[in-house]
Amino acid sequence: MSRVQFPTSIASRPVYGTLAPRPGKAHLMMADAEGAGALLDLASQDAGLMARAHILYIPRATGEAFAAGLRALNPAQLYIGPSFDAALPRLRRVLSDAHMGLQVYLAGTEGLMGRAAAEVAAAGIPYGAVQTEHRGSLARRMQCVHCKGITEDVTTDPFVCSHCGLNLFVRDHYSRRLAAFQGVCIDAEDPGNVPEPVELYK
Amino acid sequence: MTIQFNDETFRGDYSFRNSPWAIKRFPFPFHEDSYMYSVNMEQHRGGPAGSVFEKRFDVDEHYVSEMRDRALVLAEDPLRCQSLPHMTLAGWDLLELIMVSKSEDYPDLFELHRDGDRWRWVNKPLGIDDTFTFMDETTLPYGPLEYITRQTQGDFAVLDQRDDNLWMDAGMVTTQADWSLDFDIGMNFFEWHAPVPLAHELGIFKRALKFLMNVQQGAPARRLNWTMTVNPLLDTSPENYHKWGIQKTELTAENIGAKQHLRVELQTFYRLPRSNALVFPIRCYLIAFQDLVTVPKWGRRLHRVIRDLPEELATYKGFIANRPLMIDYLSRHDDGLPTSPGVWADLETEPPLQK
Repeated sequence: MSRVQFPTSIASRPVYGTLAPRPGKAHLMMADAEGAGALLDLASQDAGLMARAHILYIPRATGEAFAAGLRALNPAQLYIGPSFDAALPRLRRVLSDAHMGLQVYLAGTEGLMGRAAAEVAAAGIPYGAVQTEHRGSLARRMQCVHCKGITEDVTTDPFVCSHCGLNLFVRDHYSRRLAAFQGVCIDAEDPGNVPEPVELYK
Repeated sequence: MTIQFNDETFRGDYSFRNSPWAIKRFPFPFHEDSYMYSVNMEQHRGGPAGSVFEKRFDVDEHYVSEMRDRALVLAEDPLRCQSLPHMTLAGWDLLELIMVSKSEDYPDLFELHRDGDRWRWVNKPLGIDDTFTFMDETTLPYGPLEYITRQTQGDFAVLDQRDDNLWMDAGMVTTQADWSLDFDIGMNFFEWHAPVPLAHELGIFKRALKFLMNVQQGAPARRLNWTMTVNPLLDTSPENYHKWGIQKTELTAENIGAKQHLRVELQTFYRLPRSNALVFPIRCYLIAFQDLVTVPKWGRRLHRVIRDLPEELATYKGFIANRPLMIDYLSRHDDGLPTSPGVWADLETEPPLQK
């Protein structure tokens, strides 16, 4: 299982835990790729959750690897979709029906957990009702502070903004509202002097 | 007294200048010959006549030109002024606070006539005479926060107070020391200060938050903060850093006196009556090194502060690369004599430079 110990960082950088069953009237679970593994582990702690669980799952590059396992949990509702954006209308619809006592479980990449958490917060559900567990890719969702464009799945520092093309360095400063880290021009004071990209956390 | 408003720019040809009056009243931020972070809060209950602390919202010779610069920034990037939906009431609170304060403190420049909720606001320096209905957004050309802060120097962060924290949920930010409202809006006090080095470890933010959450109506507080800026550029935004960052490399031994500016923020904190929000005006004052050293005490002291500043702070404040040039220039204005305590210029009592 790919578990990562993120280095200690600044106060705006999210920290993730390990999903644990909590008592609740309903359980909303969202995961991408290897995040499914965290849901399987959660179910193994309390199989009773699944009768009141709605799972939204985006397999990404893992393909069919986790689909059968999730089906075997027999959740009340299971959605397997092609992308977060495709799942978004459904997520919002589910949140519009949410009542007090809903428990939210998010697992997988930082980008998925961040975007889902922002939707949950926008629906008025307190951060305390949301659990997160990082699994899989270390890629980050980055906002370019200059053009405001979001580049998904950034795995190197520096990287090229997919919108404006500036060379950006990866900051740990994080906005929960945008569900993104901040990218800032790296060669503003010495144009053209861009260090070789290094893989994040290497 | 009547203020003569300068016609000047904070970009392009950088025609910004401080008059001798503005130099003398500059809010020099160092009360001793060294600097470290502290919770340096004090009550904002006026100050010596003519000082920038005297009025609630200081208006100076740069007012009209600063407002013109703000309009240019907003035309380019409307995201510099934002207000989350629950903050509109705080915007009205702020509009009232500024209109009442300015009309009382500068009756020759600003007038506020109130007849129930029908208000007439006259801003003579900017040529504005508007009548509107208080608390009715449809009667103003902008939301209340944007309307009044297009007419008031300084940036404004409007903080909601809930869950034992302060949340930056609205603001007008065009004269910032390299931080982004658009990125930071919605963050709590610890999150938006997250990138600041050392101060978290010193417990500064915990104590500051405690202090700020207890600021009461009618009892505002203030502190000074500072950094360095090459050229009198008000809009040192991260948004435009890829455009202005290069200017930091254009400093030379010949031009440093004119180009290098000490940038001081007068930060004040007011509790707002209806919303219970806290408004945090951040007023930026700029002074060229060559003007600053005309005050002998300030020349001596700035040299010692910059020379001895911890490396992390010089890096965070963005002038680590230029520090050797600064020290070289400032050392010529430091004769080693002791300096008097406190921030004031003390022109009458401090000796002239002995070298």
